[in-house]
This record gives sequence, C-alpha cells and structure tokens, in this order.
Amino acid sequence: MATQQTRALGRIAVAPSVIALFLWMIVPLSMTIWFSFLRYNLLDPNPACSLLTPGQLLDEANRCFAGTTNYYYFLTDPAFFKAMRNSLMLVGWVIAISVIGGTLLALLLDQAIYGRNIVRLMIIAPFFVMPTVSALVWKNMMMHPVQGFLAWITKSLGLGAIDWFAHYPMTAIVIMVSWQWLPFATLIILTALQSFDEEQKEAAQMDGTPPLSFFWYMILPHLARPITVVILIETIFLLNVFAEIYVSGSGGRAGNLPYLVYQYGLLSNDIGGASAGGIVAVVLANIVAFFLMRMIGKNLEG
Amino acid sequence: MARAVSPRRRMIFTVLAWSIAFVIFFPVLWTVLTSFKTEGEAIHLPPKFIFFDWTLENYAVVQERSNYLKFAMNSVFLALGSTFFALVIAIPAAWAMAFAPGKYTKDILMWMLSTKMMPPVGALIPLYLIFRDLGLLDTRGGIIAVLMLLNLPIIIWMLYTYFKEIPGEILEASRMDGASVGKELLYVLAPMAVPGIASTVLLNIILAWNEAFWTLSLTTKDAAPLTQFIASYSSPEGLFWAKLSAASTMAIAPILVLGWFAQKQLVRGLTFGAVK
Amino acid sequence: MGTITLRNVRKAFGDAIIIPGADLEIGHGEFVVFVGPSGCGKSTLLRLIAGLEDLTAGEIFIDGQNVSDVPPSKRGLSMVFQSYALYPHMSVRNNIAFGLKMAGMPKDEIEAKVMKAAATLNLTEYLDRKPRQLSGGQRQRVAIGRAIVRQPKGFLFDEPLSNLDAALRVNMRVEIMQLHQDLGATMIYVTHDQVEAMTMADRIVVLNRGVIEQVGSPLELYHRPDSVFVAGFIGSPRMNLMTGVVAAKHKAQTIGVRPEHMAIIPSGGDVDGTILLTEHLGSDSFLHVDGGEAGRLTVRASGDFAGKPGDKVSLKFEPDRIHKFDGSGRAVR
Repeated sequence: MATQQTRALGRIAVAPSVIALFLWMIVPLSMTIWFSFLRYNLLDPNPACSLLTPGQLLDEANRCFAGTTNYYYFLTDPAFFKAMRNSLMLVGWVIAISVIGGTLLALLLDQAIYGRNIVRLMIIAPFFVMPTVSALVWKNMMMHPVQGFLAWITKSLGLGAIDWFAHYPMTAIVIMVSWQWLPFATLIILTALQSFDEEQKEAAQMDGTPPLSFFWYMILPHLARPITVVILIETIFLLNVFAEIYVSGSGGRAGNLPYLVYQYGLLSNDIGGASAGGIVAVVLANIVAFFLMRMIGKNLEG
Repeated sequence: MARAVSPRRRMIFTVLAWSIAFVIFFPVLWTVLTSFKTEGEAIHLPPKFIFFDWTLENYAVVQERSNYLKFAMNSVFLALGSTFFALVIAIPAAWAMAFAPGKYTKDILMWMLSTKMMPPVGALIPLYLIFRDLGLLDTRGGIIAVLMLLNLPIIIWMLYTYFKEIPGEILEASRMDGASVGKELLYVLAPMAVPGIASTVLLNIILAWNEAFWTLSLTTKDAAPLTQFIASYSSPEGLFWAKLSAASTMAIAPILVLGWFAQKQLVRGLTFGAVK
Repeated sequence: MGTITLRNVRKAFGDAIIIPGADLEIGHGEFVVFVGPSGCGKSTLLRLIAGLEDLTAGEIFIDGQNVSDVPPSKRGLSMVFQSYALYPHMSVRNNIAFGLKMAGMPKDEIEAKVMKAAATLNLTEYLDRKPRQLSGGQRQRVAIGRAIVRQPKGFLFDEPLSNLDAALRVNMRVEIMQLHQDLGATMIYVTHDQVEAMTMADRIVVLNRGVIEQVGSPLELYHRPDSVFVAGFIGSPRMNLMTGVVAAKHKAQTIGVRPEHMAIIPSGGDVDGTILLTEHLGSDSFLHVDGGEAGRLTVRASGDFAGKPGDKVSLKFEPDRIHKFDGSGRAVR
C-alpha cells in the first residue's frame, strides 16, 4: 500500500540497520569459523597465522592449519561434557522453576488481592538487578556458610549451615538465576492472563464449570503461547549465562559452555580451541532459535 | 470485574501473595538495609533488620575508594549513547517496514531477530582481537557500538509493533499536505509514537545498563561501567558486606526505578510483540 | 482550473487485477461521485488519482499535465479520508495549518487563511482543541478545513460520511454540497451509498469489479441504466429484476421495473401475486409481493394502501418504464 517512491525511500531507510547488523553477524562469525580451523595460540612465539598473507599461509600450512583438531579436542575434552551438562542443567532447572512457579504466581496475582500493584513491583524487582550484583549478593550476604542469611535460617531450624557454593555450586547458581527469571515468566504469564476474556470466565461460571476444569480446559490453552514464548526466550538467554558464574567464582565446578569458551580463549589463550567451542555454542543456539523464530513468525501473520 | 469475592478468600490470597513477594524481594531489600549498617552489624548474627545504627558512611567510602561516580558516568554514557545511536537508525527502518513494506520485509525482520540469538561467545574471540588491534578495548565508543548492535533488533522490533498501530491514513494525509518523508517522520510519526518510542528507550537503557558479558570482556578501567565496578568487589572487598551493599544499591537503584515504570512495555519488548 | 483525465488507468497488486482499465474525463468544477459495492475498486481509483498508489499502466492528467509520476504533494489535490486522519497530537489550528506550513507560507498569511476556513466551517471556537476533544461531525469539518485552506485544484473525498450517524450524515451532505457551490472546485467523492451518490453528484461513475459500468447524471442512471448491475444498484428500494417467462414476453433475458413504476390493479396485470408483507412509511407503502414465476417483487403504493398480507393483487407495469437486458446484462433499447 505504498508507491514506488516511498518503497525506494524505505529501502534506503532500512539499509543502515541491515548493513550494520549484517556486518555484526557475519564478520565475527566468519572469523570465528576461520580461527576454529587454525592452530592459533596467543602465547605461540611464531607470528599469528591469522595475520599471514595467503602465500605465507600456504608455506606454513602444516604449522597453521589444524583441520578439525580444535573441534576434536574441544568435543572430547572432559570439561566440554561437564560444561554441556551444566548448561543443560541450568537451562532445564531454571525453566522448570520459572514456568511452573511463574504460572502459579501469576494465577495468584490475577486474583482480587489488596495492594496488587505493590506486590507486582516487589516480584518484578529481581529482573532489573544487574547480573554481577545478583552474583555477589547471593554469594555473600545470602549464601555465605557462616554469616549468610540462609545459614542463619537453616541453623535456626537446626539443620546446620550449608556452604552452598562449595558443596552445591550448581544448586546455588540455579537458585540465583531462577530468582532473576521467575519474575520475567510471572510478568509475561500475568499479562497474558489479564487479556483473558472476562465474558468467557462469566460464561464458564454460568455453566458451573469447576475451577480445576476451568483452569485445565480454558486457562491453560490460553497460556500455551505465552509459556512457549517464555521457554524459548529464556532458553536463549540462559544458554548464554556468563556473568553470574564468572563473578561468583564458580566457573570451575558449575561452568557452562560460554564459560568454557571464555576459559579456552581469554584464560588459556587458545584462540583456535575457543573458536571451535564458540561454533559449537552457535550451532546449539541455532537449534533453539529455529523453533523460537517459527513461533514469532506465526505471530507476525496475526 | 464484577465477580463477587468473599472477604475471607481475598484475605488469604492477599497474605499469600504478600508473603511470596516479600521472599522474592528480600535479597534486594536486604542489600539496601545492609548498605546502611556498619561492617560489624552487617555480619552480625542473628541479623539486625531495622534496629541498628543507620549510617551513610559506606556510601562515602565506596565513592572515595573505588570512584563510583566514574563508573556510573560510564554506565550512563553507554546506556544513553547506545540507545541514541540505535534510535537514529532504527526509527527510519521501522517506519519503512511498518508503512512501506516490501516483499522481503518480514524476512528481514525475522533475520534481524536471528542475530539476537547468536551466542556472544561465538563472536567474543574475533571481536576481542578486532578491538585490541583497533585500539577500541576499554573505550566508550567501542562499547557503545557493541551495545547498540546488540539491542538494535529489539529496538527495531518494538518500534515496528508500535508503528503498526498508527493508522497509515494519517501519514498519507501528511503526504497529501505536502510533507516530505523527513518531515513526515519528524512532525507526524515521531510525535504520535512518543509513548512507544519512550518505552523502547526505557527498555534499551535497562538492557544496556545490565549487560554484563561484553562489558566484562571488553572493558577494564577507563570505559568500565557499573557491572565491572561491582565485579571488582568479588574479592577481597566482597568481604566488606556493608560496602558491597552500598555499591550494589547504587548500581541497581536507578534501573530498578526505571524498570518499575517500564514493566508493562517490557513484556512486549522482551517477547518481540508476541505477548502484549 | 481543475480538470482530471484518466487514460486507460490500470492497477494490479501482484496477480490481483483491481482495475483492468479505466478512462474518464472530469471537467472543471464538476462534482463526480464514484459509487459501487465494497471491493469494486472505487477507493483504489481515488488513491491512484491522489498519487498514493502507483499506476500499473495508463496515464493521469490534471489540467492537461501528465501527473502519473508526480508525488501526491505536488499534484495540487486535497483529500478527506474516511477516518479523517487528523494529526492527533496537533490542535485544530495546527491541523489546518500543517499543509500551508509545509508549503513555507508566511505565518500571518497562514493565520489569516486558517481563520477564514474556521469561520466557514464553524470551527473558530475549537481552534485550540485537540482532535480527540471533538465530536465526529467536528472532526469531519476539521478534515475538510485542512483540505480547503490549500486551495487545491480538486478535492478527493474517500467515504467521508461513513463514520457519522444518520442524522449528522444528512447535515454534512448538505454542507459539502454547499461548499462545492461556494468554491466551485472540482470534487471527486467516493461512497458505497447510492443515496449519497444520487443526491450529491453532478455525474455518477458506477464501478463494478474495477470496471466503469456507466457514467452519467443521477437521472440518466435512474432512467436509462446501461446494465443490470447499474439498474439494480441505483434507486431505492431496488429495481425488481425478473427473468424467465416474464422476461421472455418482452423478448429479453432480464427485465427490470422499479417499485414506483408498477400499478396495483384488481386483475389482468403483467404479474399476479400475493402480498407477503407491507411496510408503511406514511407517505408511501411498500408491498412485498410473491409474484410466482416473477419472484419476489417490491411495489410502491400510496400511503393509505389498505391491503393486508395474504391478499391477492395484480401488478401492471408502466410499458415505457420496462428496462430490458440481454444475456450479457447489457441494456437492450
């Protein structure tokens, strides 16, 4: 519904964003792919292979080209399995907690209660706390084995103190990250709940539908889409959790895939290995992204 | 809305909701309270909730010792700078996609979204090296560019969903009135979309303020924002809880306030319009 | 001046052909109404003239100048939109002045023109209000005010009255006609309401599926419809269209007789039937009659007609008021 002229102008208007994002996506990604096939260690005294001209590169092919070695080492590194396991545990648990908890909480907040707005403000707050703050607050003031608030509670209950980050680092990280993402799930599910047609509720009441059947047959189908959206978006973000693990110093035992790549690259200076790890992470994320995009794409039609 | 709810039921739900909300909010509240304690009281057991000697000393010390203001200024610069530059290129793009869509507009939108799904670790190494070679490490300009690109897809998407709600006839009327495209954007579309643009700005500031992966990897000192400032407390200052709390409170307070204002729009922005 | 000429104007969106080819001459100062059912392409045709859509083929001339590739702002036309399309963030004053500001007119000149337009349209006391503080009729006036200040060569109206209630619509209809007389400017007016078309137009353009079925004055269309479509579309209540034996008697595929051109006689008419129901309007009565093979017919009778449902009647057509159409729906004369 526009003329050629506006469409031509439209293309010009879209161009800067498209070009910027294209470069942002393609340049680092292709470099990462390239590096992943090189022997490339920042501590190597020889000139970095990525800086050589094509001719020099051919001369030094044996030294430079790693073939699939980087992938082989990364994928067979026991640390990779541990990181994968940690990544999946983190994603799985946090999603389970935030979706189930978020749904229940949203249902509660959708009831007639006093001070709903204030309650909502309190619940959404953790989502705005920057990850580094959250990591330090939980590690110290909440979960410190001696003076932490949780230690005080467990001791008062006669359970003794728990050194969360030393003995259950994964549990600690899951609690911390869930604390940030439960509010997100609650907010979105609550928003969806509030768009539920009031007349449908009344019709169901007139029909004498019991609350549980009402929830199962009416509310849950209505929430199917927002919950799917929550799951997919959280998956994207949770696969990339980094600061919480890095700052709380639990990378050694609870480190996930991003942390491992960081470790390879910026801690061990193994650029080739880190790049291979990065590509593995990209492939995994793309599998999730595929489903998310289809969801949102469908929504575009409506 | 006119459903009759028994007072008893209402009270039970109210108490339940407030209790859960309190538990969820507690770590934030605790941080703020601890920031007003002395170090001794901060680690005192049993914990002191209200009855302690309130002091502002920690705030002064934090500013003095670790120069909070410098980091805060960097955070402000990065958040506002990245938002501003993103808006400059996103508004025309969203306008074009909403009002002059072509055959590939939907594909472009979806593709933009897909860039958001790239795990940062896939780009970390090259970007770090590029930044190192171009001398962009630890510079505000470099980080602003990264944050802008990082959030550009969300900004375009949000603006797009807001613009779609503006009737095209009004823009056509301005075209009939002789407005050029630039004037149409400036005098007609932008003022009408002020609420949408404001929400977009708000969300982007929040995201940029809390972004931790890139700011932690690409800054050290000069351009370091509050994420880095707090990370520097991980040890050994982390043991000084009152100061850590004061630093944390200062780092999250501005964004918490903004976030509370923006929570409705947040849903739309974070779900790319899939939930409104 | 303000003549508008369409020459073989075609419009297609992809494979969907909206307008297969239209030719039309509109003279200076004419009030032309495009009328047709929804989806007939009348709004698209208007938007092509405005320049809001590209031509797929053909040419448009305004005052003899080919404007096919001229952007809307340079065509010298004003448009009043169905939704009014007022700028919600501007006061009435600024809404009206916007086009003049865009043209770079000096401030005092703009002010004078706005005041004059506001006075014409009874908007003077609302100049500082925002559109959302106005009633539907007032918004409509602002939209018209915005169109007239620019002193365009022609006005384009896209179903401007469809969002108003019935009483207001009649008032605004009169106001727009008055405006046309005062300004003497060319106006093109799109509507799906044939009553609006009949009452307002100098000439009516009837569109059906993108094709111009007939162009003519309201009375020409009423008395001499060129096709079954025009016959059925113009006139209220609709013309009775009959096929089969009844039409064959007149050597036509289809014949049409308007309700007002049938007389009710005791027996021996063209069609015998039974009254199904009667509508009494006071001045007239409309009878719905089951005409057997002729189908269901509407007949106008006098206001004090006493027949009841179930009564037998015979209908006599006025012989020179019978419209005959061939198999392709064209008029046979």
